[in-house]
Amino acid sequence: RGSPGELNPPIPSLLSPTVTSEQIEHLHRRFKQLSQDQLTIRKENFDSIPDLEFNPIRGKIVHAFFDKRNLRQASDGLADEINFEDFLTIMSYFRPIEMNMDEEQLDRFRKEKLKFLFHMYDSDHDGKITLQEYRNVVEELLSGNPHLEKESARSIADGAMMEAASICVGQMGPDQVYEGITFEDFLKMWQGIDIETKMHVRFLNMETIAHCY
Amino acid sequence: GQRSAESAKNSNESFAIVSFKWDHVKEPYIIALWILVASLAKIVFHLSHKVTRVVPESALLIVLGVVLGGIVLAADHIASFTLTPTVFFFYLLPPIVLDAGYFMPNRLFFGNLGTILLYAVIGTIWNAATTGLSLYGVYLTGIMGELKSGLLDFLLFGSLIAAVDPVAVLAVFEEVHVNEVLFIIVFGESLLNDAVTVVLYNVFESFVTIGAVNVTGIECVKGIVSFFVVSLGGTLVGIFFAFLLSLVSRFTKHVRIIEPGFVFIISYLSYLTAEMLSLSAILAITFCGICCQKYVKANISEQSSTTVRYTMKMMASGAETIIFMFLGISAVDPDIWMWNTAFILLTLVFISVYRVIGVVLQTWIINRYRTVQLELIDQVVMSYGGLRGAVAFALVALLDKDKVKEKRLFVSTTIIVVFFTVIFQGLTIKPLVQWLKVKKTEHRDPKLNEKLHGRAFDHILSAIEDISGQIGHHYLRDKWSNFDRKFLRKILMRRSAQKSRDQILNVFHELNLKDAISYVAEGERRGSLAFIRSPSTDNMVNVDFSTPLPSTVESSVSYLLREKAGPVCLDMQALEQRRKSIRDTEDTLAHHTLQQYLYKPRQEHKHLYSRHEIMHNEDDKQDKEIFHRTMRKRLESFKSTKLGINHPKKLNKIHKRDRGQKRRNSSVIPNGNIPSENPVQDFTLKEKDLEFSESEENNDYETLHLGKGVDFLANVTQQNFTDNPAGIDNPVFSADDDQSIYMKFSPWLSSEDTVVPSQRARVQIPYSPNNFRRLTPFRLSNKSVDSFLLADGPEDRPRSYLPESTHM
Repeated sequence: RGSPGELNPPIPSLLSPTVTSEQIEHLHRRFKQLSQDQLTIRKENFDSIPDLEFNPIRGKIVHAFFDKRNLRQASDGLADEINFEDFLTIMSYFRPIEMNMDEEQLDRFRKEKLKFLFHMYDSDHDGKITLQEYRNVVEELLSGNPHLEKESARSIADGAMMEAASICVGQMGPDQVYEGITFEDFLKMWQGIDIETKMHVRFLNMETIAHCY
Repeated sequence: GQRSAESAKNSNESFAIVSFKWDHVKEPYIIALWILVASLAKIVFHLSHKVTRVVPESALLIVLGVVLGGIVLAADHIASFTLTPTVFFFYLLPPIVLDAGYFMPNRLFFGNLGTILLYAVIGTIWNAATTGLSLYGVYLTGIMGELKSGLLDFLLFGSLIAAVDPVAVLAVFEEVHVNEVLFIIVFGESLLNDAVTVVLYNVFESFVTIGAVNVTGIECVKGIVSFFVVSLGGTLVGIFFAFLLSLVSRFTKHVRIIEPGFVFIISYLSYLTAEMLSLSAILAITFCGICCQKYVKANISEQSSTTVRYTMKMMASGAETIIFMFLGISAVDPDIWMWNTAFILLTLVFISVYRVIGVVLQTWIINRYRTVQLELIDQVVMSYGGLRGAVAFALVALLDKDKVKEKRLFVSTTIIVVFFTVIFQGLTIKPLVQWLKVKKTEHRDPKLNEKLHGRAFDHILSAIEDISGQIGHHYLRDKWSNFDRKFLRKILMRRSAQKSRDQILNVFHELNLKDAISYVAEGERRGSLAFIRSPSTDNMVNVDFSTPLPSTVESSVSYLLREKAGPVCLDMQALEQRRKSIRDTEDTLAHHTLQQYLYKPRQEHKHLYSRHEIMHNEDDKQDKEIFHRTMRKRLESFKSTKLGINHPKKLNKIHKRDRGQKRRNSSVIPNGNIPSENPVQDFTLKEKDLEFSESEENNDYETLHLGKGVDFLANVTQQNFTDNPAGIDNPVFSADDDQSIYMKFSPWLSSEDTVVPSQRARVQIPYSPNNFRRLTPFRLSNKSVDSFLLADGPEDRPRSYLPESTHM
């Protein structure tokens, strides 16, 4: 693993060729700022970002940074601290699509992004988004609006869950049980919508694509 | 005055019983007649579906105008009607632009603002410069013959022919349905280029007036400065009036009848004010519409909102029709025509070619800054969709023919260009779009999940932007919405409207309504609504909420509901008249089902005709309550079938499964410890292990596990649960205590199974497993005068079930 001084730590292959060295430098600077020149970041370091406080789903987002599933580690659960490489890994979920991607790459890309989202919703890591988890998410999401009551938020979550059920499973017989949204169902829900164009952040990208290494 | 004079004259001869006073009414009569003709023409066009699919309406109207003009010419030998610039700029253009601004999809617009501005400003300047200079260059070669024009005249002509016209773009693109990004770019460009056009036109016109020799560098600099002044000034004027309008709409609660009027008057004033200050009037009224929409829509009543919407659309559509028709008529005027083949042909060539080149160049530049790239196909559509229209014609008609010697030539050329773009390009753009397989708008039903996830995205992305330390789109949008929430809303929105004007809530309401309607429709389909209260859960499950069932019976209630927009008046009399053939119990059943799901019928509907007041119903609280109930009920049925948790036969299976999954079930209201009426405030998840003793149905509740890493600080807001506003006495929901107690707990703490029992449960045995105290019998509300209850009484009792089979 690279030390903070090194500019080009071995970058996971998924990052290239779409993250330029400029971007990495910028992110590295930011990482150092957040970690206060340490090698790793902990959850508390995120408190130093003032604007993040007002974000209603702050908790889930910060959690996502430490979620081992997102960090592509074999184990499950939460990491206590992450280094720059992990930081980059998370950021890479948000890179924009490139013009020269082929079908297969696009599909993989899309799945990655959706998987990130899925992990955010599935807080107990059991591979399913249950009704309770969904409610959690919706309530957090709508908590920014002080006039929206918890009850309404809950009802909305329920409605959304039902909608999801009807999309994923369609008509259900009386004996069927719908336990929760699995990842395949989640993919189905997002079928018509191009998430690739919606879920990205414009990195400091002024150059045309350059290969990292 | 006049009448008395006339009658005085007539009295010399004899008293005329009836007289033909044509001159008296001539002007308004002719105006009204033309409007009528234009509207009738629209009807005629739409009779033939085949024609309107191929030919855009605007083209048809122009042709009609030409025909009519020809008739008038033949009859009168003079061209009496033309599209005068005054009429156009003061009366016909503002409604169209206001309509565009008021219904502008703001998020899309501001999201693509950079691109739009680039095309509007740079693109128009490019078009004007290149066209003007090329024409001048060709003129110098002598092909065009002798023209009394100099460089400045050509540049002037270039500047007025360069601008893409909003009216034409709207008219054509409306029928083509390209995807929204493409549409907003072309349309936004056509609106925002007005500033450039105004400046260029004025600058060159004054240059032409003062003469080519007197144009110095200072004048050019002044021209550039005036661009900024005109555009920014116009925008500011618009924003100022938007602010005014929103503020005014906040206080119009007691003058609801004239509420819509404010919208139109104030917007129109913004247009005129900008025009008066020689700023860009189109920009002013556009931004007035864009900025005020949110606040005005939130403030004014439902009916006023509908009125505004329809009136605006009507005026805009009417103005558009008249514009095109008069374009046609104005063309039939021998005085204005002057033919110069080279000039006209070259103009056509130049504007097309330079538009393509301009679009390509600009797209190449802007694509480096855009996350969603504009591809080749988009560029083709953008080039081809750059239509010129009535604005150019009005501007050219405005030229002073003493200063611009070749005015007639310019006018003729402009007419030809406008006709060409609107008719030819309008005709061919649809097949072109289809041939190129341009991505079209997707008409999808609003899905709740989409909205929710969209919201999640926004937050996630702005968080990522914050974390990675960038000022991006989301950061800016976040900052704006914070500012809006803290200051603007408080000033501009009514207190009642400041509450949840959440988009998600709106979608949810819509979906709810739709579902409720399909629910009833399903009932009708089966012939009776008895299935709602049938013992088996089977029937309930198979209601397909996803597709609204077509109702074949016109007199059905659901048809009634679909026909109406907005709050439904379920006047029993009206219903009964419609459904004579169906049994009364069905009527009442339907009525009351709907009452549960939808809105309270206005039982005391005073049909007072008053021009100054309208009755409005305070349905807000009701709506919310019904909405909550509906959701709970549906969740109940959903769970009982889909989640299988509550189905009696499955209880044991499920609970094994429950334990098997390491689900974090939150625990519940401690049994027997029903908290006092004080709601819990600022409740953080410190309470673990709220124990719960098992109820008779073996419902297990695992203790609360706090998830790792989920910092779930929540505020339990005081539940101002307006539980029983006067009148909603649905006996089905008689267990009011249940609800209020339930409400006072943090909902996320209670597990799913503590949802208030469904209607079925209550009807049968009204108790909940969590509260043994609630073993009160079915409470007959004595406030209710529902015949529902009476109809129910004898029939339902026998259907009481043993505890095990209730699904709680």
